[in-house]
Amino acid sequence: MTAARPQRLQDYAPLVFPALMLTVFFVVPFGIMVAISFFRRVQGAFYEPDFVFDNYARFLSAFFGQVLGFSLVLATLVALVAVTIAFPFTFLLARLPRRWQVVWLVALLSIVSLSEVIVGFAWSTLFSRTAGVTNILVALGLMSEPMSLSPSFGALLTGLSYHAFPYTVLVLYPALARLDPTLMEAARTLGASPPRAFLTVVVPALRNTILATMIMVFVFALGSYLLPQLLGRPSNWTLSVLITDQAIYQSNLPFAAAMAVFLVLVSLALVGLSLLVGRKEAAQ
Amino acid sequence: MSRLFTRLFMVLVALVLAAPIVVVAGVSFNAQRTLTFPPVGFSLAWFGEVFTDAGWRGALLTSLAIAAGAAALAVAIAFPLAWFLWRWHAPWARVFQALGTAPFILPPVITALGFLSFWATAGFYGAPWTVVISHAIFLVTLPLVTITLGFSSVDRSLTEAAATMGADDRTVLRTVVLPLVTPYLVSGYAFAFVLSLNEYIIAYMVAGFTVETLPIKIFNALRYGYTPTMAAVTVFFVAAAALIFSLVARFGDLPRLLGAWSSKES
Repeated sequence: MTAARPQRLQDYAPLVFPALMLTVFFVVPFGIMVAISFFRRVQGAFYEPDFVFDNYARFLSAFFGQVLGFSLVLATLVALVAVTIAFPFTFLLARLPRRWQVVWLVALLSIVSLSEVIVGFAWSTLFSRTAGVTNILVALGLMSEPMSLSPSFGALLTGLSYHAFPYTVLVLYPALARLDPTLMEAARTLGASPPRAFLTVVVPALRNTILATMIMVFVFALGSYLLPQLLGRPSNWTLSVLITDQAIYQSNLPFAAAMAVFLVLVSLALVGLSLLVGRKEAAQ
Repeated sequence: MSRLFTRLFMVLVALVLAAPIVVVAGVSFNAQRTLTFPPVGFSLAWFGEVFTDAGWRGALLTSLAIAAGAAALAVAIAFPLAWFLWRWHAPWARVFQALGTAPFILPPVITALGFLSFWATAGFYGAPWTVVISHAIFLVTLPLVTITLGFSSVDRSLTEAAATMGADDRTVLRTVVLPLVTPYLVSGYAFAFVLSLNEYIIAYMVAGFTVETLPIKIFNALRYGYTPTMAAVTVFFVAAAALIFSLVARFGDLPRLLGAWSSKES
């Protein structure tokens, strides 16, 4: 039986509370933010209603371009690193006995839900001089004395990839857990070695999933705001950091809102693209 | 050979995932107020400080209260919405489903700024309860996804049978459907709870100057130098998340919740 259409007015009752909450506390704030992005900033005060494009015109500065460029490059690198490691990993994970899958999933969920503050603190400890990985290298005789590896671009990339990895696995998991096992079997029967079968059969079969996942991870990495401050140098700050900085410390809400609107458009376009790519594969 | 290689790969991933947590846990046992690893001496004083120091204890209690409230509100929004979408055929109502998913997919800083603009305009900027509502909206995606999945696993012939025997909608929901979707409801609550506990940017933008949650407290403390107390708090976070997700796995089908076929089908 398929569900019937609602007939009486009272059938809509359950929808009232969720619809009200989502409209008042998500749609309205969003609208206010878009409106503020056109407001004029007043020095000393907050801002006043107006309709100017000044806040968007500031995007044309070299500084903004640099931050935007850096954010995009960083997010791309994180997406590449995370998906490259997570894809074969998730493939193997989905083939483990169910009991072991549960253990892995609990661990992955625990890490992905960790605050960026925690991940940043943990990695800066791991990269520190007193408690860091360099102490192991010293103990092995590969280095003469321990050193600090953070803040640096490498530290930031490592921390972000670490945080994005479990997220990537969880995005890939449904597709790989539902992958038809006969696909691999057929390739093996025809004489392909497991790595060869994986590379020439599984990867091409799921290339749209891989692309869609990469976009999701890209958006995830684009949203990081604390790791760049904890593990990177000021030159490694991303658009998210800049938005927070403008909103809280420079009290320039209109400019922050304009940057946020811009980030929304970029993210929505990318998420839309990933849904489109994903749907194409489902239709095949 | 290839079997050995895959084992090695899994072990390597496990090591890298565990490394920062192991080091932080080790650091938290230092006897002195230093961050050295391996730890020098052994002390549980830093764990004690989380509960005895008024600042840390206050932040912990604030975080727990916000997470409990936000997760409950998120479920209260998600449940009727998911039920309506399952019970009735109303394609236009999917708009609200999309609205419930959007905050979670977009970069969180955007949602945070939206809330900041909203609460500042409404004149409630800085009130603790605004964090609860903001978190509930931000995290409503999680219970929405799990509860929707729960409804989709309910066999419709059961509700039909109940209806044939004279039960009205409300009775069917309470006696037949609710017991079946409860595990999904609980996992949705658990996911939202853990993520609210860890959430930083929204809490900070909405009420960062008046309300100190645990992540905000850690970040503020980081500026004045690293102490083993932060390491102890980190261990608490990891342990809490692992415990809650283990419970979800114990009472529900975790692989299915995360998108695999249910264990009976595979």
